[in-house]
Amino acid sequence: MPQSADKVLDHAPLFREPEYREMLARKKAEFENMPPREEVRKVADWTKSWEYREKNFARESLSVNPAKACQPLGAVFVAAGFERTMSFVHGSQGCVAYYRSHLSRHFKEPASAVSSSMTEDAAVFGGLNNMVDGLANTYKLYNPKMIAVSTTCMAEVIGDDLQAFIATAKQKNSVPGDFDVPFAHTPAFVGSHTTGYDNMLKGILEHFWKGRERLAGSTAVNIIPGFDGFAVGNNRELKRMLDVMGVEYTILSDVADQFDTPSDGEYRMYDGGTTLESVKAALDARATLSMQEYCSQKSLEYAAGFGQETAAFHYPMGVAGTDEFLMKVSEVTGKPIPEALRMERGRLLDAMADSQSWLHGKTYAVYGDPDFVYGMARFILETGGEPKHCLATNGNKAWEEQMNALFASSPYGAGCRAWPGKDLWHMRSLLATEKADLLIGNSYGKYLERDTGTPLVRLMFPIFDRHHHHRFPVWGYQGALRVLVTLLDKVFDRLDDETIEPGVTDYSYDLTR
Amino acid sequence: MSLDDYSNDSEFHHRLIAEVLEAYPDKTKKRRQKHLGVATAVDAPAGAAEEEGHEGGLTECGVKSNIKSIPGVMTIRGCAYAGSKGVVWGPVKDMVHISHGPVGCGQYSWSQRRNYYIGDTGVDTFVTMQFTSDFQERDIVFGGDKKLEKIIDEINDLFPLAKGISIQSECPIGLIGDDIEAVSKKKNKETGKTIVPVRCEGFRGVSQSLGHHIANDAIRDWVFDKKEVEHETGPYDVNVIGDYNIGGDAWASRILLEEMGLRVVGNWSGDATLAEIERAPKARLNLIHCYRSMNYICRHMEEKYGIAWTEYNFFGPSQIAASLRKIARHFDETIQENAEKVIAKYQPLVDAVVAKYRPRLEGKTVMLYVGGLRPRHVVNAYEDLGMRIVGTGYEFGHNDDYQRTGHYVKDGTLIYDDVTGYELERFIEGIRPDLVGSGIKEKYPVQKMGIPFRQMHSWDYSGPYHGYDGFAIFARDMDLAINNPVWGLFKAPWQTEAAA
Repeated sequence: MPQSADKVLDHAPLFREPEYREMLARKKAEFENMPPREEVRKVADWTKSWEYREKNFARESLSVNPAKACQPLGAVFVAAGFERTMSFVHGSQGCVAYYRSHLSRHFKEPASAVSSSMTEDAAVFGGLNNMVDGLANTYKLYNPKMIAVSTTCMAEVIGDDLQAFIATAKQKNSVPGDFDVPFAHTPAFVGSHTTGYDNMLKGILEHFWKGRERLAGSTAVNIIPGFDGFAVGNNRELKRMLDVMGVEYTILSDVADQFDTPSDGEYRMYDGGTTLESVKAALDARATLSMQEYCSQKSLEYAAGFGQETAAFHYPMGVAGTDEFLMKVSEVTGKPIPEALRMERGRLLDAMADSQSWLHGKTYAVYGDPDFVYGMARFILETGGEPKHCLATNGNKAWEEQMNALFASSPYGAGCRAWPGKDLWHMRSLLATEKADLLIGNSYGKYLERDTGTPLVRLMFPIFDRHHHHRFPVWGYQGALRVLVTLLDKVFDRLDDETIEPGVTDYSYDLTR
Repeated sequence: MSLDDYSNDSEFHHRLIAEVLEAYPDKTKKRRQKHLGVATAVDAPAGAAEEEGHEGGLTECGVKSNIKSIPGVMTIRGCAYAGSKGVVWGPVKDMVHISHGPVGCGQYSWSQRRNYYIGDTGVDTFVTMQFTSDFQERDIVFGGDKKLEKIIDEINDLFPLAKGISIQSECPIGLIGDDIEAVSKKKNKETGKTIVPVRCEGFRGVSQSLGHHIANDAIRDWVFDKKEVEHETGPYDVNVIGDYNIGGDAWASRILLEEMGLRVVGNWSGDATLAEIERAPKARLNLIHCYRSMNYICRHMEEKYGIAWTEYNFFGPSQIAASLRKIARHFDETIQENAEKVIAKYQPLVDAVVAKYRPRLEGKTVMLYVGGLRPRHVVNAYEDLGMRIVGTGYEFGHNDDYQRTGHYVKDGTLIYDDVTGYELERFIEGIRPDLVGSGIKEKYPVQKMGIPFRQMHSWDYSGPYHGYDGFAIFARDMDLAINNPVWGLFKAPWQTEAAA
């Protein structure tokens, strides 16, 4: 009997015990009708061949292990960054259960959102009653300051009109007439979660800005962080840098506190977030800057329509990415970049110089949201690394061109390639045929690590199987330092693993590296 | 059964219900109050506590259930797609399951159920992969049937060892009038491979539950009797139905069934192959663990193939022993003797586990809110450790689930059906149990209140919890959750009572 009370065996060791191995072998031999081992091995090898790669890249319709989610996830995420705001997703209820679970599994935090719970009858007659009852219930039960309405694909397919529905709900006193109910249509069959982020943010800006005149003369700046799994650490780092600069700013959707509430005996359904007053006031800002172009194209265009200056970055990480961002902030606010930040920059470069030999020439595969992949690739180039395979399932042609320009800007970009619209099964073929030293992505990448032996570094949403990394920044010079250490740790741990065998490889198991 | 008898504070629970209902608008209050109740003792016939399925039980837990969730209240429920793809079909390991529609549903459910399986993923097995048709606007406008055909071809090209394909419909499929059945028939004819269209669009029904039913029906309509199945039925052939092998549950169960001399010819659907599904009608007896999600197909097999079915419960030693005996009664004396031997063999382990953990858990109170079978099935496992269940409820239970619950819970237990986020939070605040067992969405709010929590869908990344081997892990996990020092550190020492 393998199990014991003294030392309780978990699933991993338990099922390696002989009783279980024999049982599973018997199940396989007698009842599973699985293909013979030889055939499986042959097919497995074939899936890692160039021939298979070509077949795989010839796919036109099937998506396998895509690295993107759907619009409403982004809508729920961005809405969470406003003061006491409840997301209300109009459509089927299962979707909302999924967004909440997905966000909770990454942040290890509560994620609240409600659904209008539409079913068959609503599919036939429309979901107006669901909106009317739903808003009344949400308002009464969860005491929000704002309810941000987005849609699942069900409501989009049947064509429910949010603007009219919300107006009717207000007439029927579901919520007070002056209660803030911004909305956005967020069809899951268009774009991805980054599109949903943009749409919902624009919906919120429209709600507070539409029909108003912008007062010129402010030097304040608005900053849109974009959909970001590291938002907790990144937004705090962003605010710290802006505070050091003495800049007047508004973060348009700050989820840092919402997704990092303390444990002290009280459950806070809402915490922190951008105040509704400051969203209103943000109209008068001199400029709106986005940390992620592909999360904010419509929102920036909307801001520009009021005469605001706008600029978009690609997830500023690393040296030049941070330089560029800070210089832009300095330019639009008139505040110089203080010496303290130059010192931080210097310390980052000091660390990079100290460790340069360990990262120089390393090759990488990077996947994730388009702006992340760009920012990451750019930092890799700064370390003398080669971001060989850069893949964004939700990337487009324009992103590919930006990536190509980035590759062309560095000698280490030669031979690097961007793959817009491809998925992680494509990435498997890339890694199987053209190996990389490190893979940078999210938790789903662990299957690529298993199948291709490429060590995975988790720096992209979602991260389910490692804890708390998102509480630390990857933006700015401080963030870059953290990314640098993360990459180095992976390289060193790997090297130690490869040289640990006593009397065989441990001559290289060096004490000092 | 635990020897300790206890009852819960019925009056207090009634008061809690009245309090939470006050928060609702009138219309919602009227609807919600039917879903909340307190278990009331009934005169139980002898033996009622040991086995569900008997008439009558210990208590009466009559609340309304299986009714539409109310908009805007933060239901914890999922959808029919979750019930079909996520629960029933997803674990079938040598088939490719297409999440047919937009990308999200498949993405959020990717690898989240922890259905363990053995196989070479991406080559001969496919459970922890996300196959989707990733619908775009043009597919909504022009329909997705052509794309689906192409997808099936591409799957056959790239994954030649896949034994079949299931098409898990997402919301738009039923709304835009796609004919996935026609595509399935056509492709089945062309390739000879099993192709199963499943109409589990998320807007159908009121919860995951209809998805289970639809998935069961799809097995009946698209798998059974489609191929010659070579199998010589032996005297002890059984199917295990409704064990999804979460964290290895089905393996920790199978080992016991084999030890008592039964031959498990199919396990549905954790670690299952298509062959195990196809073979099922040839077995002698269906052993059903998750009644809620798979009773439908058992009833069908009973009607059509004359296969009897029996419910069992492999959580905790008292239920395991009762279930082994109950199962054995369907067979001859050899099996019945074997069952006693198995129970005796594991008794020292049970004793050691109880001796180690019961003193640390005695008298601790538990609130549950889960799906399927667990709101009742785990009750005695806790009681075996000296713990008490003060409240329980189902995400998507039906009337027959609440009837069965009466065999498990004590007088005064708070019962909540399709609980809302608001209600659950208030109930937990009011009762302040020593442990809450529920899902990922509930975990972090509860922990922030300073109350220990275990996810009882995924076993909180642990498991197995079934069988004797699983019971040791279960006991260890409840202990580590409740007795971790972190819960005692929440209050800063300089905080005064008034400020706290």
